[in-house]
Amino acid sequence: MITLEQKRTKKTQLSTVIDVLSIKNLYKSFGENKVLVDFNFTLHKGENVVVLGKSGSGKSVLIKCIIGLLNPDEGEITVLNEHVLELNTTEMDKIRAKIGFLFQSNALYDSMTVRENLEFPLRRHWIKVTQEEVNELVKQALDDVGLGYTVDMMPIELSGGMRKRVALARTMILKPEIILYDEPTTGLDPITGKEIINLMIKIKKKYNTSSLIISHDMNCVKMAADRIVILLEGKCYAEGNYETLKNNKDPKVMQFFE
Amino acid sequence: MADNIPVKSFLNEVGNISQFTGRFFSQWYRPRYEISEFIRQCYFIGYKSLPLIGLTGFIMGLVLTMQLRPTMVDYGVESQIPAIVGIAIIREIGPVLTALIFAGKIGSSIGAELGSMKVTEQIDAMEVSGTNPFKYLVVSRVLAATLMLPILTILSDAVSLYGSYLGVNIRGQTSSSLFWIQVIESIDFYDVLPAFIKTYFFGFAVGIIGCYKGYNSSKGTEGVGRSANSAVVVSSIIIFILDLLAVQITDLLGYN
Ligand SMILES: Nc1ncnc2c1ncn2[C@@H]1O[C@H](COP(=O)(O)OP(=O)(O)OP(=O)(O)O)[C@@H](O)[C@H]1O
Ligand SMILES: [Mg+2]
Repeated sequence: MITLEQKRTKKTQLSTVIDVLSIKNLYKSFGENKVLVDFNFTLHKGENVVVLGKSGSGKSVLIKCIIGLLNPDEGEITVLNEHVLELNTTEMDKIRAKIGFLFQSNALYDSMTVRENLEFPLRRHWIKVTQEEVNELVKQALDDVGLGYTVDMMPIELSGGMRKRVALARTMILKPEIILYDEPTTGLDPITGKEIINLMIKIKKKYNTSSLIISHDMNCVKMAADRIVILLEGKCYAEGNYETLKNNKDPKVMQFFE
Repeated sequence: MADNIPVKSFLNEVGNISQFTGRFFSQWYRPRYEISEFIRQCYFIGYKSLPLIGLTGFIMGLVLTMQLRPTMVDYGVESQIPAIVGIAIIREIGPVLTALIFAGKIGSSIGAELGSMKVTEQIDAMEVSGTNPFKYLVVSRVLAATLMLPILTILSDAVSLYGSYLGVNIRGQTSSSLFWIQVIESIDFYDVLPAFIKTYFFGFAVGIIGCYKGYNSSKGTEGVGRSANSAVVVSSIIIFILDLLAVQITDLLGYN
């Protein structure tokens, strides 16, 4: 496991570093509740970064700010060289087509079949796409997650793990350059969780995406992270790979690795 | 905090609903038009409500006639039953009853549907998939509700009158043509027009309140239930308030 880990780290070090996502001095509060306080972060191309943080520390708020579902109070967010906070709706939609977002609650549309769920982002983002292309992409995305046979089922007929995988397929269908995962393994048993993590790693290799993974699952951290960021008190409290953070003597960092 | 002070929270709610309605008016005419979603909603909201609206309308017409009958016989104006029932149904009972049933069925289902989409982040998912969820979900539903309720009301009125015709014939005997002639003669244009116009407002109210409640649903399944419930309660109250306003306006204009 560790050798694989090191190999992957090496690979990212060798290639020239391109930033696909950078966040500078981000502030976000809800009333009195200061959630993000001067948060800084960069994501390099082809890298998997895990953001660790306690429940309620503002992890979901952070990635919702990135995708434009929440408006930060202050700060600067650059995605693929665009300042997302200054974009209008049309420009924002163009950027969103290049970002995959896996929701914490999957967010599959209950009133639509799996096929319609997968077609939704395709039809909405790419106005010009033929029916054959759509079918092909849907089939490929479902095959990637090993669920080709569920194409005509409703989300309600699927198990939790299957739903997560369908959601992952829907996230992947536009071949995004960046994927934001909001707690991909929470609520799943450890084995299914590992399957999802392996899928994430497979997808990253296959399409060379960069991912920001939010998690507090140590399996996920160990297996998927090239780099780890600890979100604490609204800041990027500590940063590094698994080994360095595990050996960090700060009690606030240590609590995550117990 | 504010919830502890009823007046303040009431005013807050009124403000929020007005803002939501304002958002509807600033968006509904702008592209991109969600035509296929609108048609789908017309089907669900209109067509699927037909049996219920028809059944309740029929029973109301029949029962009203049978209840009126003894008194009318006492006063010796039995022959006026079709005229009186016709006016009652067309001017008041048809529109309001249909709107209330509509609020119960459609208001709650919109509230619950959008509420569960909200709490499971489906609305956010639409937004990141290049869709304006307000247009896709809210505008299509509100327009469909606004346009479908008047049609449902006309159908309900017709079925009600048919029920009334049967009611007349349970005891007495009136030929079908005589019944309809009496009904039509008793009604003039100024009975029909305000009644018809107000149904658009009723439909709009049911749609916008259902969407507002669902769209602002609080987390958890309990929140969804509460959205559905308060969608019905609030839109029913608004229907009565609008009805009261409508009668004042027609009165002022001298159409009463
Ligand atoms: N829309 C909102 N309105 C008000 N407060 C919010 C909103 N969204 C989040 N918060 C607050 O922001 C804080 C962080 O929430 P967030 O959902 O980001 O937590 P999280 O780190 O994702 O936790 P979890 O691991 O449980 O998902 C919480 O205190 C929450 O109450
Ligand atoms: Mg979260």
